[in-house]
Amino acid sequence: MSELIAYLIVGIATGSIYALAAIGFTLVWQTSQTINFAQGEFVMLPAILVLLAVKLLGVPIPVALLLGAVAFVLLFGVGFKRFVVDPMLPHGVLPLAIATMALAIIMKEGAKDGFSAEAQSFPSPFPSDAIQILGTAISLQFVMTIVVAFATIAALQWFVTRTRTGRQMQASAQNPTVARILGIPVERMVMLTFVINAALAALASFLISPIYLAKFSNGETIGLFAFIAAIVGGFNQVRGALLGGILVGIFDSLAAAYVSTSYRLAVPLALLVVIILVKPEGLLGRKEERHV
Amino acid sequence: MNARTDFAAVGQGAPRRALSRIDPALVSIVLAAAILWFAPVGMGRYGTYVLTLWLVMAIAVMGLNLTLGVAGLKSLAQAAFMGIGAYTVGILTAKAGMSWYPAFAIATLATFAMGIVVGFPALRVRAHYLAFVTLAFTSLVWLVLRNEEWLTGGTFGLSNIPRPTLFGARLDDALSFHRFVVVVTMILTLAIWWLLRSPWGRAFLALRENPVRAASLGVDVRAYTLLAFAIGSAYGGMAGALYAPLVEFIDPSPFAISASFFLLLMVVAGGSGYLFGPFVGALLGVVLPEWLRFTGGLYLIIFAAIVLLLLIACPKGVLGLAEMLWARAARLVRRTP
Repeated sequence: MSELIAYLIVGIATGSIYALAAIGFTLVWQTSQTINFAQGEFVMLPAILVLLAVKLLGVPIPVALLLGAVAFVLLFGVGFKRFVVDPMLPHGVLPLAIATMALAIIMKEGAKDGFSAEAQSFPSPFPSDAIQILGTAISLQFVMTIVVAFATIAALQWFVTRTRTGRQMQASAQNPTVARILGIPVERMVMLTFVINAALAALASFLISPIYLAKFSNGETIGLFAFIAAIVGGFNQVRGALLGGILVGIFDSLAAAYVSTSYRLAVPLALLVVIILVKPEGLLGRKEERHV
Repeated sequence: MNARTDFAAVGQGAPRRALSRIDPALVSIVLAAAILWFAPVGMGRYGTYVLTLWLVMAIAVMGLNLTLGVAGLKSLAQAAFMGIGAYTVGILTAKAGMSWYPAFAIATLATFAMGIVVGFPALRVRAHYLAFVTLAFTSLVWLVLRNEEWLTGGTFGLSNIPRPTLFGARLDDALSFHRFVVVVTMILTLAIWWLLRSPWGRAFLALRENPVRAASLGVDVRAYTLLAFAIGSAYGGMAGALYAPLVEFIDPSPFAISASFFLLLMVVAGGSGYLFGPFVGALLGVVLPEWLRFTGGLYLIIFAAIVLLLLIACPKGVLGLAEMLWARAARLVRRTP
C-alpha cells in the first residue's frame, strides 16, 4: 500500500511536469496552429544551457538557472516565433510542422555535439530529505515539484481567465479576425503565448532534469508524453493538459513498477490509442466543428 | 468519374499518335534506370554501396511522398515500416532459411496490412491525429525490436542476412546487387507513376487539396486516405526488405523516431508531391553526409538546417525551387528579343 502511494506521488510529480510541457504545446497550437514537434527538445535544452553556463562562465547555480531561462526564452520563445514560425505561417500548417521536426534534430544534435553525449547530473533546487505522507516516506523533491508545477499552472489559469491580457490572448486564439477588429494587438498576444511556452518549457526542464538527468536524447520521451498528455486531456484546454499530464505520469510510474521496465513506454501509448478510439476530443475537450 | 473516361479515351487513341503521347516522366524513369545500371562502374565497393543505399532510401521516401505529398497525411511511422520490412526479411531469410522473394512479398503485405490497422483509428477522427498515432506506433515497434531478443536479436541485431539470387545466379557482390535494386526501384517508380495518373491518384490529390469537396464529389474520403497511407507504408516495408540484404546486418537504431523525422525531411527537401522529389531528397539525406564527412557528427545539423532554410525560402523543396527558377528564366528569355 505504502509502495503504491509512493509510486502515485512520483507519477503525479513527473506528470505535472509533462503537463507544463503539454500546456505550452496546446497554447502555441491554439494561437498559431503550430504543431511543435520540437516540444520535447524544448524541455531538454534549458537544462543543458544551464550546465553550459556553469561550465563556461563558472557562475553559481542560481545565476546559471536565471541565465539559462532568459537565454532560452529569448532564443526559443521570441526567436522561434520571429525567425521560424512567422516566415512559414503563410505556407500553411504542414511545412511549419515539418520545420519544427528539423528544429528538433538541430536542437538534439546541437546539445550532443555542443555539450555532451552522456547524461549529466543536474542540481535539484529542493532538498532531498524524506517526509512522511500517509505513512510513506517520500522525497521532498517530488512534493516540491508537485507544489511548484501546480502553483505555476494555477497562476497561468488565473492569468488566462481573470486578467485583461489573458482574456485578450484567449480572444486572439479563438477568433483572430474579430479580436483584431476589437482592437486587440493579436500579433503581440501570439508572441506572448510563445514566450509563455518557452518559460513553461524551461521550468519543466529545471524540474525534470534532477530526476531523469540532463541528456540530449531526453526530448524524445518527454515530447511523446507531452503530446499524449495534450491529446488525452483535450487539445483545447489548460485543465485538460493538466489532467492528461498527470494521467500519463501515473500510468508511466505504475507501468515501470508493476508491468515491466522495458515496456513502460508502451502503457502511456496504449492510453493514447484507447482515448483516440473512445473519446477522440480528449477527456475534457470540446468537439471541434468542421469548417467547409 | 471523369478521369476514368479520359484515360479510356487515351487507350483507344490512334496508334500513330502514340509517340507524341509518351510521358516525359516515363522516359526519364527508364533513362535514369539505364544510367544507374552503369553508374557504379569504377566507383568501388563503398561508392556502389552508397549509390544502392540512396535508391533504397528513395523507395521509402517515395512511399512517404505518396502519403504526405499526394494525400497530405503526416506519417511518422515510415522508419517503423522500414524496420518491420527489414526485420521480416532478416528473420525469414537469415533465421528461417526462406528465399528472399517470398520474404519480400510477406514484408510488403504485412506492412500494407499494418498501415491499415494503424491508420484506421487515427483517420477515423482527424487527419492530424495520424502524426501522433504513428509517432506512438514507431516507439512501440522500436521497443519490440529492442526487447524481444529471442526474435530480433535485441540491441545485438541480426547478422548474416543473405542477398537474393536471380535465376540461380547469386547477387552477392556490390555491383550485381546494385543492378538488382535499380530494377526493383524502376518497377516501383513506374508503379507510383501509373498510380498517380490513375483515377485513384486523382482522388488522392483531391483529398489533399480539398477533402470536403472531394467527399461531395463522391470520393470515399476515409477509404482513400487509408489506402494512400497503406500503400505508402508498404513502400516503407519494401525499402526495408531491400535494406536488410544490402547492409547484411540490422539493429533497431536506424528505425527509431528520429529516423522517421529524417525521412519526412527528405520528402520535403526533395519537393513533396513531385514524382522525382524523393530521389532528390534521398540524395540530400544519404549522399550529402558522405560529402560532409569532414564535419564529423555535424552533418545531421547541417542537413536539418538546410531543410529548415529551404522550407522558409521555398516550402516546395528543391524541385519546387528549380521549377520557380526555371519559370523565371523562361520569362526573362521571352522578354529579351
